[in-house]
Amino acid sequence: MDLAAAKQIGAGLACIALVGAGAGIGNVFGSYLQGALRNPGAAAGQTTNLLLGFALCEATGLFGLVIALLILFAF
Amino acid sequence: MAMNPMAQFEVKPWIPLHLGRYDISFTNQALWMFVVVGAASLLLSYAAMSRRLVPSRMQSMAELSYEFVGSMIHSAAGEAGLRFFPLVFTIFIFVLFSNFFGLIPGSSTITAQIVITFALAAVVIATVIVTGFLKHGFGFLKLFVPKAPLLLLVLLVPIEIVSFLTRPISLSVRLFANMLAGHTMLKVFAGFVIALGATVVTPTPWFAPLSIAPLFLIVAITALEILVAFLQAYVFAILTCIYLNEALHLHEHH
Repeated sequence: MDLAAAKQIGAGLACIALVGAGAGIGNVFGSYLQGALRNPGAAAGQTTNLLLGFALCEATGLFGLVIALLILFAF
Repeated sequence: MAMNPMAQFEVKPWIPLHLGRYDISFTNQALWMFVVVGAASLLLSYAAMSRRLVPSRMQSMAELSYEFVGSMIHSAAGEAGLRFFPLVFTIFIFVLFSNFFGLIPGSSTITAQIVITFALAAVVIATVIVTGFLKHGFGFLKLFVPKAPLLLLVLLVPIEIVSFLTRPISLSVRLFANMLAGHTMLKVFAGFVIALGATVVTPTPWFAPLSIAPLFLIVAITALEILVAFLQAYVFAILTCIYLNEALHLHEHH
């Protein structure tokens, strides 16, 4: 296998990280909705935590994307 | 593909300048940084120029953003955190404006350059470390020792140290990667429009009208990007507040 092909495959594999990010973001919003429907009074106070959890979760997936870009363009 | 979707992030030196071994050329990124800082300063100073009890539209916009950041700091870092209001407000407005200016077609998104986001994150972490040591002396190192049984501490202290050390990386890469990914995605879909539209001159011209589909998708993604542009500025600012809170109050609750 030549280097260019290996790079493309590696970059594709690095995007598997998005599986975890997707599951994580789904969990964040799903859990928020569950909690918010049980106790709507407390829901408004937790939007900061919701957005924070979303952003932290999303970042892990984007690290995978950065690795993919590094493989493609930096080496 | 006809156009490289990464070409938009290219740093183009417009006025080449060299200082010894260092390249300090005036680039397109520098120009957009001037535009961002200039627009933010002009807008906010204009809004604060006519101070009235019943605010005009411009003034109430400035007051809203001021109070938004103020209440964010107060809820995340308590009363003591309000001393850092100028830092957090500057970072928030700078990131917000550069994210929004990046959405203008033909502009360049300066927050999609890792050097700029890392410089911002480095300022935040340096402030946290200096504040922590000034306020608590070497007691600041208690930040790495949570309240736990001794046996667990063997495990927890390295985790706390690693988590502290990766903060500048995660803080900068989060913003950078979000902007990079969003703008790359827009350009990739724009490439689809062109590729489908170009089938007009090929033996399969009936594909060409389909190019309207990715065009609508671009509109939808641009709407998502406006949300992300705000959200990432908000997240950057609130994480700054949370890190400052730890430096000010260590593990205790305020």
